[in-house]
Amino acid sequence: MAFAAFSSTTPSSTTDPIVRRRSPVALFLLLPGILYLVLFFLTPLVSLLLTSFQAPREFGDIGQFDYAFRWQNYVEVVTTYWPHIVRSFSYALTATFFALLISYPLAYFIGVKARKWPLLQSLMLVLVIAPFFISFLLRTLAWKQLFSDESFVVQSLKALSLLGPEAHVTGTAFSVIFGLTYNFIPFMTLPLYTTLERLDVRYLEAGSDLYASPFHVFRKVTIPLSMPGIVAGTLLTFIPAAGDYINASRDFLGGTGTQMMGNVIEANFLVLQNFPAAAALSIILMTVILVIVSIYVKRSGTEELL
Amino acid sequence: MAVGAFADRGADLELVGIEKRFPGFTAIENLNLTIPAGSFFALLGPSGCGKTTTLRLVAGLEEPTSGHILIGGTDVTNQKSFQRPVNTVFQSYALFPHMTVLENVAFGLRRRKIGDPVAKAHQALHLVELDHLAHRKPQQLSGGQQQRVALARAIVNRPALLLLDEPLGALDLKLRRQMQLELKTIQEEVGLTFLHVTHDQEEAMTMADTIAVMNKGRIEQMGEPQQLYELPKTAFVANFLGQSNLFTGPVVSTTSTAIAVDVSGQKVVVPLERAHRVSGEVTIGVRPEKLTLHAVAPTHDAGRNVMGPGSVIDVSFSGVSTQYLVAVPGVGTLVVFAQNMAFGPAAHVGAEVWLSWNVDHGFGLDDDPADAPRFEADLDTKTIAQQRRSSLLTELEEA
Repeated sequence: MAFAAFSSTTPSSTTDPIVRRRSPVALFLLLPGILYLVLFFLTPLVSLLLTSFQAPREFGDIGQFDYAFRWQNYVEVVTTYWPHIVRSFSYALTATFFALLISYPLAYFIGVKARKWPLLQSLMLVLVIAPFFISFLLRTLAWKQLFSDESFVVQSLKALSLLGPEAHVTGTAFSVIFGLTYNFIPFMTLPLYTTLERLDVRYLEAGSDLYASPFHVFRKVTIPLSMPGIVAGTLLTFIPAAGDYINASRDFLGGTGTQMMGNVIEANFLVLQNFPAAAALSIILMTVILVIVSIYVKRSGTEELL
Repeated sequence: MAVGAFADRGADLELVGIEKRFPGFTAIENLNLTIPAGSFFALLGPSGCGKTTTLRLVAGLEEPTSGHILIGGTDVTNQKSFQRPVNTVFQSYALFPHMTVLENVAFGLRRRKIGDPVAKAHQALHLVELDHLAHRKPQQLSGGQQQRVALARAIVNRPALLLLDEPLGALDLKLRRQMQLELKTIQEEVGLTFLHVTHDQEEAMTMADTIAVMNKGRIEQMGEPQQLYELPKTAFVANFLGQSNLFTGPVVSTTSTAIAVDVSGQKVVVPLERAHRVSGEVTIGVRPEKLTLHAVAPTHDAGRNVMGPGSVIDVSFSGVSTQYLVAVPGVGTLVVFAQNMAFGPAAHVGAEVWLSWNVDHGFGLDDDPADAPRFEADLDTKTIAQQRRSSLLTELEEA
């Protein structure tokens, strides 16, 4: 989906007639890829779309549905679950924002400042990637332990009166957004690092020579030049975060008041066996992300830099 | 630096006891330099001589290890580059790829909050004949065009001091001449101070009022182009600025006006006021175009030095002049440039010739002859062809 968004905005500057002409060989070479996409992307997508319009079977059991065109499914899920929809996108947006805030200085340090010390550079990169060696379920559970009511962290905060005696950390919006931010920081840092690593510091010198203070150089030169990394990193964070259901799950960092769309889809599909509702929610999630992402990529104007 | 206003005139630049050490080597040692306001000053030297470092120190992109930098009498050593009334035309152009040409040129004006930046940027682009490309992105321009945009981006700010880092390197000859003229005009009109760093001796000589020849982090000699050329102080200057025929030998006699040097048995006279050393072992020289070829031994003349006989080992025709290489036994190989006053060469390879020059054209160097190697001419046609080819290749690569 993200790739569809990318390709829809790639500049059509390649007006080369050679590229335009489609040869049968090229089509033949594309065949495995096309087959793969039809089998594993298009078919499930169509199936999902059809499911979302299914109607419950008359006198049927729970989980028994017939193909129909029951568009009311969409109305029902939106009216029932609109708080979850809003919550999903606001949590994902907040987490993306904080991940960017934390990752940018980190990526800048590794990619620009640490150029003089290649050893430090590789060491820091390894540290960024290192968490991937441990299952993210385990890491999220570890955070749950740290944030539990009996934990050292929460006890100390309570002792310092920074938290009320009845307050909790797990199950709050804070802990869910914290978990999302934490889990997606490497996805933000790595694309940022790859653009910043190629950043030509001579542009920064030129900016400084042309009377721009360090702040202005950063805003007018560094940020625009690292836009491809910012766009890639925020997409890689925002898209999966909006559909995430682990962090917000009650088994992990979430609570009843923090359920996101992913949790609702999971519950409808696996527990309530209301497949049409789960499918309709999935389609809505997908569409909203697609719309947001295409507007974002268009507006960020990174076509030339990508 | 005044915000919202241009510098009304160029400022003088003063470098006092500048030293710059990088981990492992010293780029500049004890550099003292004063560039008067409104002058066109060239820092000339081979790559790695410290000239670009000097420029970066003045621009504020490097900090000196010790010493002070004064612009217009104000100590700017501790000022950051964006606070200095200085603009640079970078060798790499460093045009912002995410901005149009126009926005690149207007960048400095906007930062300094100068009124009507767009119109002023258009004017500057008009000056470099690129106004019609104002809305293109830099990467859509050719190397020469980018260089002109870089120039426009710097001069539009009317800095008190304009720094040029090999600014005309990527231009073809015609554009280069045009831009040289343009730069001179701008400099004379606005009275800006120009500090031009280059390894191109011809460019330095045609454009600059004053040239400082730099070598290994030190200034070898400084002066007007003509003075540097006619009276070089060191072997480095004598060979970096044009070509020279150099000889070494002991001073055998001194009069009130001249010294006589014994060069492998041939007596060469140099005027006293043109000799930096007057006793002991000395190095003397003469420029190739000052030499005259003779097919027969010239009659003795007190006003001329004579050397020979030697044999012509190479003749190469270059249009305006012909270059001869003459091997003189015991002295070495001498280069002679002769104007093509008649058709055909005056001497053929293998011919026996004598060389003579006006005594007043010789010069004596300040170098310790022990350090100054005897001039080894490596100037046969093959070498020249090779050098020409490599310089053409680098030019092509840059373009």
